[in-house]
Amino acid sequence: MALLLIAFPLLAALAAYLVNSSTIRARILPAAGTLHLALLLAALRHWDSLPVNAWLGLDALGAWVLLVISTLFCICAFYAPSYLVLRADRDSRIFCVSLLAFLGLASLLAQARHPGVAWVAMETTTLVTAPLIYFNRNRRSLEATWKYLLIGSVGIALALLGTLFLAYAAHFGGVEEPLHYTRLMQHADLLSRPWLRAAFVLCLVGYGTKMGLAPLHTWKPDAYGETPGIVGALLAGGVTSCAFLALLRIYGVVVAAGEARFAQELLIGFGMLSMVWAMVFMVRQVDFKRMLAYSSVEHMGILVFGIGIGGTAARFALYHLAANALVKSVLFLSAGNIHRSYSSKTLPHVTGAIRRTPVSGWLFLLGFLAITGLPPFAPFISEFNIAAGALTSGHTLAGAAFLVLLAGIFIAMSETVLQVVFGTPSHQRVRTPYSDTVATTAPLIVALCLAGLLGLWLPKPMHTLLEHAAVTVDGSMAPREVPAVPLAGPVLTAEVPHE
Amino acid sequence: MSPDFLIALTILSNFVLVATSRVNKAIQIAVIQGILLGLIPLAMGLGRHPHILFMVVAAIAVKGWLIPFLLRRALHEVHIHREVDPYVGYTLSLMLCALGTGLSLILAHMLPLKGGTKVILLVPAALSTLFTGFLILVSRRKALTQVVGYLILENGIYLFGLLLVEDMPMLVETGILLDLFVGVFVMGIVINHIRTAFDSTDTRHLAELRD
Repeated sequence: MALLLIAFPLLAALAAYLVNSSTIRARILPAAGTLHLALLLAALRHWDSLPVNAWLGLDALGAWVLLVISTLFCICAFYAPSYLVLRADRDSRIFCVSLLAFLGLASLLAQARHPGVAWVAMETTTLVTAPLIYFNRNRRSLEATWKYLLIGSVGIALALLGTLFLAYAAHFGGVEEPLHYTRLMQHADLLSRPWLRAAFVLCLVGYGTKMGLAPLHTWKPDAYGETPGIVGALLAGGVTSCAFLALLRIYGVVVAAGEARFAQELLIGFGMLSMVWAMVFMVRQVDFKRMLAYSSVEHMGILVFGIGIGGTAARFALYHLAANALVKSVLFLSAGNIHRSYSSKTLPHVTGAIRRTPVSGWLFLLGFLAITGLPPFAPFISEFNIAAGALTSGHTLAGAAFLVLLAGIFIAMSETVLQVVFGTPSHQRVRTPYSDTVATTAPLIVALCLAGLLGLWLPKPMHTLLEHAAVTVDGSMAPREVPAVPLAGPVLTAEVPHE
Repeated sequence: MSPDFLIALTILSNFVLVATSRVNKAIQIAVIQGILLGLIPLAMGLGRHPHILFMVVAAIAVKGWLIPFLLRRALHEVHIHREVDPYVGYTLSLMLCALGTGLSLILAHMLPLKGGTKVILLVPAALSTLFTGFLILVSRRKALTQVVGYLILENGIYLFGLLLVEDMPMLVETGILLDLFVGVFVMGIVINHIRTAFDSTDTRHLAELRD
């Protein structure tokens, strides 16, 4: 099953490469997305029976992240055919192949039980997503691709060095290959502390670059701004989730070694910095796609902030991964529709979208409200609980700053969004034949409904999965369930709020 | 030849590289460094393992021949010879490089080495080379020089990998070879695109996107 999840999308990619008709090629995407999701749901039942020495396999954390990515891919895949019809002038072959290959590699990353394999998966994810950014084949997208590749490659190179440092930390302590995560966590007390710390810093910087944490996010506004909305949605919810997962795996080892305090301070710092940076650049942002990129920087900040706080906040950070991916897909896809309709993505040219493309306009507005924390949407639940977790676990200052930043970001974003949606029509507007159709809006409505539903009700199996995933990340959560890993020093347990 | 001597030469080549303004010479030094790195495992006596020998040959072939070949071809077609006004001047670059090497020595001192390690210069040299690559990446304008910077950064990781390659060959070799592959394949393709789109590989043209 593990191999099938990886091989199936890659075979679909091969099929997409071989098929000559662009209509059939575009239809492969939703078919493959649905099947992958179905396969994953079938595989989910076995996540708790993963052998310790397996090279590949789904554990709770990997299953959760892959579930998020697969759902997001499905939404985008159902949107893709109608989008590709609109862009019939472009060759869709590389586009479809890259999308499907990404899904396969994300499945590899989610199931990788060895830091080296995880690194290889992350590296190849960068490779296959680069052509997606160059989809428009103009100078601007070339510039974005160059920055994405160069900065991404440096980040991934640092992550490789971090992985080698981790291996040396193990080697130093007498733990030899194969360095499966489970083994590393079980023998965490043997690892050499200085090397482990250095490894974590390098992996944080390296994978943080791929996530787009400030100040390593500089590729992000360019890449998200120049790609089609559908690619933006997959990058903001998929590729970043992959990098986050790779980081969480290393973090789990660091926590198991009793170095949680050191890592948490770094995570909280990076999280705060990303939120501040994002807010500053969102103020008076005239390009609404770049604004979404900064929103992504902010939400990556929220994720690592939540993990850094630990306890309940860590669990809700994982929940936020799903919330962010769903709402980001609504935002990027509706922004793509609006962009298409106005053939511009900057402010004086794009105003009053609610009249020209009513459905996309409403979706963009609702997506904005959802991502900034309007109940009952899922981001509200996670943002609220991360703040509550910070305030009740002794991080009063950080929790207060977190709330202030959320409010500031709401105000900064609202100015641009309100003008795009409601602004008075400007005479500079360009008429294009695009208008909303069922095919270009239905996947978005489904995504938004899912985000709302997730905020109201988390099905029991998913709840269990999430709880176990949180335990994998932050061992302090529920010591009763991880007997294999002796960890959680006194420092850690003291921070966990009693629910 | 002792490995320490080769490592010292590698560090020396870092200094020459940051001080050079001619793109052609920068590529040449990257070639020399690539070959030096290839010789280090042999000097360390690792040549008896066939898989390490394979990694060495692959690294020398790619760093010493393939990448320079691609870079020179691009260079020839766009007629650039010099790195004109880099973001950080040459004297300052040189001083930063010296500072970075000094810091690397301090940093490496803080990281304990496993007993019985013979080549103690590997860690500081790795960090220093990594820093040099990073410096070139952020301080130069030409896409070609930036790729050279990326290569040097990779060389730093390769140096560190040598510390582990005997005990964990699979992890180190896959990592290094895949990293190399990216260096060549992707950067080569993108440089080609930049060349055709802009008729030059000056990344100053790539500055349309900003806030």
